[in-house]
Amino acid sequence: MRKIKIIEEWIIKGISFLAAYSVIFILLYLLFVIFKNGIGALSWETVFSMPKGGYYFGGEGGILNAIVGSLYLSVGATLLAIIVGLPAALFINVQLIRLKRTQHLIRYLLDALWGIPSIVYGAFGFAVMLFFGLNASLLAGIITVALLITPILVRAFDEILKTIPVELQEASFSLGSTRSETAMRVLFKQGFAGFITALLLAFGRGIGDAASVLFTAGYTDNIPVTLDEPVATLPLAIFFQLSSPIEEVRQRAYAAAVVLTIFILIISVSARLLSKRYSKNIIK
Amino acid sequence: MDRKRRLIDTVVGIWMRGGLYLLLSIPILIAVGIYWKAAPLLESHSLKDLLFSGKWFPMRGEFGFLPFIYSSAYVTILSFLFSGPLCLFAAIYLTQFGKRGLLNIMLPVIDILAGIPSVVYGVWGILVIVPAVSGLAGFFGTTSSGYSLLAGSIVLAVMCIPYILNMLIEVFNTIPVGMKEASLSLGATHWEMVKHVIIKRGFPGIISAFGLGIAKAFGETIAVLMVVGNTLEISLSPFKPGYPLPSLIANNYGEMMSIPDYDSALMFSALLLFVIILVINLFFRYFIHKAEKS
Repeated sequence: MRKIKIIEEWIIKGISFLAAYSVIFILLYLLFVIFKNGIGALSWETVFSMPKGGYYFGGEGGILNAIVGSLYLSVGATLLAIIVGLPAALFINVQLIRLKRTQHLIRYLLDALWGIPSIVYGAFGFAVMLFFGLNASLLAGIITVALLITPILVRAFDEILKTIPVELQEASFSLGSTRSETAMRVLFKQGFAGFITALLLAFGRGIGDAASVLFTAGYTDNIPVTLDEPVATLPLAIFFQLSSPIEEVRQRAYAAAVVLTIFILIISVSARLLSKRYSKNIIK
Repeated sequence: MDRKRRLIDTVVGIWMRGGLYLLLSIPILIAVGIYWKAAPLLESHSLKDLLFSGKWFPMRGEFGFLPFIYSSAYVTILSFLFSGPLCLFAAIYLTQFGKRGLLNIMLPVIDILAGIPSVVYGVWGILVIVPAVSGLAGFFGTTSSGYSLLAGSIVLAVMCIPYILNMLIEVFNTIPVGMKEASLSLGATHWEMVKHVIIKRGFPGIISAFGLGIAKAFGETIAVLMVVGNTLEISLSPFKPGYPLPSLIANNYGEMMSIPDYDSALMFSALLLFVIILVINLFFRYFIHKAEKS
């Protein structure tokens, strides 16, 4: 009896040890493969030049159009998400602070919204485009990606805001400030570190998403100048070039994948550093 | 002065309220928008034909979604069989058996990996998994290009690992230390403690994490599209290609306007995805929120 127990203990510990380390191994291996295949094809020309004639058949050029396009698109979408999401998150934590049940319901709905796949947002964005007679463009892409990332931004920001003690708000009210002053000057300041994290999380999600921009943003070899022009994005540059039969073009897809991965890593790491830096100013 | 402040308060108040209402109306807008485009198909075909017929001939106006639903369900379930147990044991090791330091290193790593875009997972799948599956097929005495249901499932499983693992670690960390100590002090071994305290207490959380992982896998598009083969057939063998619902939408956008009802059919698949995933999400999130409240 005692022996069986010990054997069972060892087996389980062995299995879970293997599971944990194989998860770590798989994930590191993934990064290793992406970098190993991409670094060789990565050059200054790839990153800093536009695609030239015959580029998709192995000609000269780079993916600057997709890099700049992706930045335009995700910066625009993040700004839009802030305009809608920031006040919404503050509203949940100031105006609704006494209505616990409503707060829970809203958080519940937003969490569920977080799980909706981006292809559905893409299809919806396309339906909206048809409704308003828009073409695949930077604007349509920005709106679609903003829809996708706003719930993420709000929920991530809200997670930090809800940890701020009610007493801080009460102190602000007792000094005669209005609700909006409390929201913007007390809560927003106090939760600024969380806001930065939420912002970068949403930005990273926006820059990496392919399915939502597939039909709404289009694809082009140029950098858009106005909002109604189509725009190229990095995930789609990877996706399209990878389906090419020409080896050299596929190599560029690997290089683009490295560029995208580096972007995401920079965003994640700076989110951590910035949130640490700004949380120094918080009144405990 | 006071009037100005009051005016600002009103304006900002409207802005905050407006933002929230706009946000909460997103799911309704999506449902209405997609339904509006899918309606023509629903009017001319019965729901039963759409869901349970395997005849997919858009040129002749026949839209049977069964092969797509089958492929979606196949890759989702198979991917969960890989990722579910792996994540459960890994989470148990990281939170219960392993050193605290390992968890502290792993948490940011998991977070960062959860942010890696799906197209990058797809690139990895093409570089590593597709050739591996092709080789494996030879081992089992069949041939396969590698672009298959199995390849799709493995890539999906890897994509879902950071997501599921993160939620499981959170679930296990909420279980009070006192309960674990009580169990251990009564002479339970580590595994008995995990079995009777951690898994029992965390059961709703574990099920929810699994459910949400399944929902995520079900709607994942680009990574699966890149490795699954996209061929219309219903086959039991994991070495055969498949054609999941999200791939159907993503693959056919270019040509959908030329065939009547085809755009409605694609919107209908988006509607299916939306409804199924929203329902799964609402169901499992309910458990998590209930647990958080108490």
